[in-house]
Amino acid sequence: MSDTTQTGPMRAADGTPLKTSLARALRRQKLRALMLIAPLLIFVLVTFIAPIADMLFRSVENQIVSETLPNTVRALKDWDPKSEASPDEPVFAALAVDFQVAAEQKIHTKLGSRLNYEDPGISSLFRKTGRGADDIGKEFMGRFTDADKAWKDGETWAALMGSDAWLEKQAEWAAAKEDGAREPRFAPRSEAADALPLTADAYRTFARDTQATGRKGVPDTKPWPALFTALAQDLATASPEALAAVGGPSAGLLAPAATAVAGFEPFSYKETFVGIDKDWDKVSNWETIRLYSGNYTPGYFLNAVDLEKGVDGVQTRPEQQRIYLKLFWRTMWMSMLITFCCLLLGYPVAWLLANLRASTANVLMILVLLPFWTSLLVRTSAWKVLLQQQGVINDILVWLGLVDDANRLVMINNQFGTIVAMTHILLPFMILPLYSVMRTIPPSYLRAAKSLGATNWTAFWRVYFPQSVPGIGAGAILCFILAIGYYITPELVGGTQGVFISNRIAFHISSSLNWGLAAALGSILLGAVLLLYYVYDKIVGIDNVKLG
Amino acid sequence: MTSATASGSPAFVSFEHVQKSYDGETLVVKDLNLSVGKGEFLTMLGPSGSGKTTCLMMLAGFETATHGEIKLGGRPINNIPPHKRGIGMVFQNYALFPHMTVAENLSFPLEVRGMAKAEREKKVKRALDMVQMGAFGGRRPAQLSGGQQQRIALARALVFEPELVLMDEPLGALDKQLREHMQFEITRLAHELGITTVYVTHDQTEALTMSDNIAVFDDGRIQQLAPPAVLYEEPENSFVAQFIGENNTLLGTLKEIKGDVALIQLDDGELIDAKPVNVSKPGERTRVSIRPERVEFNKARLQPGAHTLKAEVLEFIYMGDIFRTRLKVAGNEEFIVKTRNAPDQVRLEPGSQIEIGWLPTDCRALDA
Repeated sequence: MSDTTQTGPMRAADGTPLKTSLARALRRQKLRALMLIAPLLIFVLVTFIAPIADMLFRSVENQIVSETLPNTVRALKDWDPKSEASPDEPVFAALAVDFQVAAEQKIHTKLGSRLNYEDPGISSLFRKTGRGADDIGKEFMGRFTDADKAWKDGETWAALMGSDAWLEKQAEWAAAKEDGAREPRFAPRSEAADALPLTADAYRTFARDTQATGRKGVPDTKPWPALFTALAQDLATASPEALAAVGGPSAGLLAPAATAVAGFEPFSYKETFVGIDKDWDKVSNWETIRLYSGNYTPGYFLNAVDLEKGVDGVQTRPEQQRIYLKLFWRTMWMSMLITFCCLLLGYPVAWLLANLRASTANVLMILVLLPFWTSLLVRTSAWKVLLQQQGVINDILVWLGLVDDANRLVMINNQFGTIVAMTHILLPFMILPLYSVMRTIPPSYLRAAKSLGATNWTAFWRVYFPQSVPGIGAGAILCFILAIGYYITPELVGGTQGVFISNRIAFHISSSLNWGLAAALGSILLGAVLLLYYVYDKIVGIDNVKLG
Repeated sequence: MTSATASGSPAFVSFEHVQKSYDGETLVVKDLNLSVGKGEFLTMLGPSGSGKTTCLMMLAGFETATHGEIKLGGRPINNIPPHKRGIGMVFQNYALFPHMTVAENLSFPLEVRGMAKAEREKKVKRALDMVQMGAFGGRRPAQLSGGQQQRIALARALVFEPELVLMDEPLGALDKQLREHMQFEITRLAHELGITTVYVTHDQTEALTMSDNIAVFDDGRIQQLAPPAVLYEEPENSFVAQFIGENNTLLGTLKEIKGDVALIQLDDGELIDAKPVNVSKPGERTRVSIRPERVEFNKARLQPGAHTLKAEVLEFIYMGDIFRTRLKVAGNEEFIVKTRNAPDQVRLEPGSQIEIGWLPTDCRALDA
């Protein structure tokens, strides 16, 4: 007889632990189930979850400053904004290189628009400087070519900055000139990168940019003026040993160039920039660049709740710039009011639906569903026709003599219009869950309550109503969440006083193109809904919500 | 018309010429006259659609009578809303409020009557103890078994001490054993508390075991109102005879009536004696009804000179406590005989020919 009183985990007949055995038996089933939902899961992930996650990520993303002005951002670390003076020469020197490189790639305006969100007006400064910055490079280009004509040549630069291996491959490619063959990817010469860091960075960007546009080979392309600015700065600081370590065909040019640079007449980057636009001397502009130089920024979120970063940390925005908190608050209370109106109007209808004879209830149900078969725009426009000052309702009121013709009621393009139109539109979302819950409440409960001595009202309030609460919960949460994100109706009938936060999000997505702020507003909205959902779960209990 | 109950005591509940129609075209209840004495346990028994539940609902106040008067304690209640009638009711599916605990359910009728908390608690506790559910006050109805829910529903209908309790097929959802137990419980409570009970069921065993009086409903009318024994032994018409218990019927024509014995010629020509119930004129068609347990095939036990019939044994079914034998008698192949499983009992062989007979008083000549 086998020992049945074993210790340790339960084991299957073949000795494997029962849990393993069970998991193995269920694995096929689980896999099959997963495969069944896989198409939808992938579809939702690819077309819905991923784009939304990416979009929301934009609310904190801020690489553009440090990517466009890497050297400037580094140099700015030493600057103290409290000194009340714009940064010194080194920062402007770095800016000169960064800005020219950016201007060559035409990305300086993008940065301008980005910073403009934080400091309105800064984008014009960037646009204007883009045109003038080239002159700095041209100045240095002139000085270098005066020293040696070879500097004007793209090949000189390629030989100096490119690695030997790359130069070899590049030469092969240039010789073959096959159609469609891509130029070998640029690889930097490591000693040159060590000795001339600014130049190497700029040249890498130059080479990539050239290869990306891909008309001519890198050595055949005219070097950017920015390279000369960078080279002048590098040579002024580079040690002779480091320069001597650089090899390659153009290595011989470096030592004379370094000597020439030492003999250059002094050049003030700061004066040049201030000469292009005197706003470069303003502390506030530099403060903005410094504050938003991080890879990630809370700036959009601060902006979304009417705050901003200041010299002394977070501060509220000026009175006339505060708008979002007001909008969030308005969205919340109007959505709640709309939900409440839906409940007030929908409850009796749902009750009728659940208690009428089937044939009558079906007709009523069609009436409830009718709005679903009509376009949202049509329904909203219909409300415009009804509610406007020369509209149907006003006409009737005037005709009845209830309203004076001169004082027609303003019922549209304000909060009233939004509430009326949205209550109408969201009503089915309240009625349907209510109805499906009410249908499951047997009439015998009401009868029982009455037979026990309860009046009609007590029977309803103590017995029927508590049992319909799951339906109220489902309807309310559905209506509220739909209302809080509603966009078209407030846009059309809300005027300025009846618009929601979603209208502002849409504005930033499609008009101001401040997607970061739109993402931050959207994230806050999402967070608020999730928070409310959590609170709702704590109070009502999500188990108590029934859709049928 | 002064109402008198079947037992002769003054009426506590009475229906007087009550009619009910839902659609204005057909009557669901046709001219109902019924009286229930105080403390009486009356069962309304009938097939579905016979109008018994409608009568109960009219009494409870959930349906209004189209015509006629319903009186409670001598007072017409037609225009009194249900919550003022003070009638306890047990529903088919118990209708225990799912969002309240058992104690809250029981407390509800007391609360709406404005009773103080301390007294409420006392009464709830007593009612729960009465149905042996004292420990379950804090539970929700969904946490109870069907039988327990049934007890709670009963306690809730009784807790506010109504004089009249209505029960609408309250045991329909229970299994057989529990049902039998509850039948006993309900009758015990009803008699102990002296409550008048109107009980609706379509289960005749339930009706027979529980009731003081049974009103058999069919086609919107009361076919017979009588105590269980009378109803079973002396059905007044063939519907009641068919509906209550098992019954063998033979069709024939009345030849003549001699005293209280009628001579019936069956359709195959044989003659039998029967007790005339609602036949009187010779030549009238009649349906003769005999209970399976009153059929005798031991000639020695029959009265001398009694008519006997030839029968062929078709089937013998062993059922434990009884034997059930199916015979072919006068062309009827569904003629059943029940015999007790006693040591000396004969077990009839299928195919054998026998002669059967019965006492004329056990054989009732009813309407065809």
